[in-house]
Amino acid sequence: MSTAPLRLVTRDDYGVKFASASVVPAIGSETQLKSVLGALAGVDAVGLEARCAKLATRSIKKSTKLEAIDLAISMVDLTTLEGADTPARVSSLCAKAMRPDPRDLTVPSVAAVCVYPDLVARARSALANSSVAVASVATAFPSGRASMRVKLLDVNDAVEAGAHEVDMVIDRGAFLSGRVGEVFEEIVAVKEACGEAHLKVILETGELVTYDNVRRASWLAMLAGADFVKTSTGKVSVNATPPAALVMLEAVRDFAESTGKLVGVKVAGGIRTTKDALRYLVLVNETAGSTWLSPDRFRFGASSLLNDLLMQRLKQHRGAYVRSDDFSGD
Amino acid sequence: MSDERLDVRKTYKLLINGAFPRSESGRSYKVSTKSGDFLANVAQGSRKDLRDAVLAARGVQAKWWASSAYNRGQVIYRLAEMAESRRDELANHVGAAEGLGEQQAEQSVSRAIDRIIWYAGWTDKIAQVYGGANPVAGPFFNFSLPTPSGVVAVLASQESSLEGFVDAVLAPIAAGNTVVSVASELRPTPAVLLGEMTATSDFPAGVLNIVTGVTSELAPTLASHEDVDGIDLSGVNLDEANELSVSAAGSIKRVFRPRPNDTDPTRRLRAFIETSTVWHTIGQ
Repeated sequence: MSTAPLRLVTRDDYGVKFASASVVPAIGSETQLKSVLGALAGVDAVGLEARCAKLATRSIKKSTKLEAIDLAISMVDLTTLEGADTPARVSSLCAKAMRPDPRDLTVPSVAAVCVYPDLVARARSALANSSVAVASVATAFPSGRASMRVKLLDVNDAVEAGAHEVDMVIDRGAFLSGRVGEVFEEIVAVKEACGEAHLKVILETGELVTYDNVRRASWLAMLAGADFVKTSTGKVSVNATPPAALVMLEAVRDFAESTGKLVGVKVAGGIRTTKDALRYLVLVNETAGSTWLSPDRFRFGASSLLNDLLMQRLKQHRGAYVRSDDFSGD
Repeated sequence: MSDERLDVRKTYKLLINGAFPRSESGRSYKVSTKSGDFLANVAQGSRKDLRDAVLAARGVQAKWWASSAYNRGQVIYRLAEMAESRRDELANHVGAAEGLGEQQAEQSVSRAIDRIIWYAGWTDKIAQVYGGANPVAGPFFNFSLPTPSGVVAVLASQESSLEGFVDAVLAPIAAGNTVVSVASELRPTPAVLLGEMTATSDFPAGVLNIVTGVTSELAPTLASHEDVDGIDLSGVNLDEANELSVSAAGSIKRVFRPRPNDTDPTRRLRAFIETSTVWHTIGQ
């Protein structure tokens, strides 16, 4: 067990200096974990929401907007998580992921396609020879209500089928009732089952009740080895919100500062417009810094967002409003 | 203390998606009576107001067309009922805006209300009159069905503040289209009043949107907007109309321009209709 001290950062400036070597402290016991999480500063909810509202007023125009749109496109995890998903639907989604606008080759491809585990193989074959990764939700998504054995089997399924990235859900019930050690061990076990695959840990911030909980859950996930922390499943009534994302961005920044490990953030659910996406990019830049303005560190889990990004992109180029029917549905 | 009552001044706002917002741009402009006296402050709409209006019109168009022709007629008739009960207010505004005497203004309002009823009557007759069963050499029925173009932009008459507006917006609406209209630039208040009446006439939000402002500023946005299927150029001069027509051709819009001294009142009804032809086997 490592003894590297955790330096908790409460500073709210932009100057992030990362620790030189990656020194994520090992957590040996639930007591230790609780003391680490308990030492985290509380979140000033009013100040947080005011800061989000303030940052949402930033105006991004012309060439900056075009660059931001392209960046946002390259950060999209194009997602289909419906009971009615079919292999053919996944194939067409993959085609769209590789070439979002077939009429314009300068549009970047998206970061990943996100599907259920049984459709990973299909997505892999459809995306062969492309830079688009395959992400799969696992661990009894979206509720996370299954035994550990079943959850790990779910992860194995996805990884064996070739998923590059695994999106797991945490056991919110355990977290909210204070059994943080259980949640921690679960993430550690899933991380191990992932092997080479990147692990995104879904906190489901809409069910965590307070921003303090969001901050604690983010640290918990990062200490347990998450490569990404993700806001939501998109399956509950409260999805990604800018304040929750801001708390998570602060957490990854502080984590990087004290441990040297860069953890990504994924916002998911309810992000449908270019305006929303650009507001998130502003939050990223102003909170975690430009290091996070890359598909390796920040993602949008979305489906209809992509079409809106493409429409706004075309509008910027043409100077006239475009027709939504001209873009393929999903 | 004076017992004089303070004026309750009215703000003339836009109609977008069933709501009455001020312009996104925050601008407004003064409107005068024909004789030059102050009449009202009116919202000066912008490009983004039109964008929102088109989005609303597009969103509700399928629903408006899917409701029965009978039902659409009832909704439009209801607008006539609402206009009738506010006819004095309408007449005051039409009179002030167009410089008409009391009697002339009232006659103009009466004609406008009668036209609303006329369009209400047309909703379930368009298919009868302009559709048809076509003779074919085979065991099939072949029908021509008039269907709406979709979202229609209307640059309403600059002179005829109410009658002209009623004709220009209700003809496409009766045919199942939804409308984004730009009211007369210098005489917008009668159109704004009519818009307020749609709120109590069961018009689904977004079927009629009204943006007031500078026509020459707003028109190019509508003409080039790819999600607009047709444009009525009643409110612009010939040079502007030519330029806007070229822009409209970029997205293959239907373009309507009124003819001088036109005696055929159905021309507007037919302006934004597409004919779809359907085959159906006999005896199935």
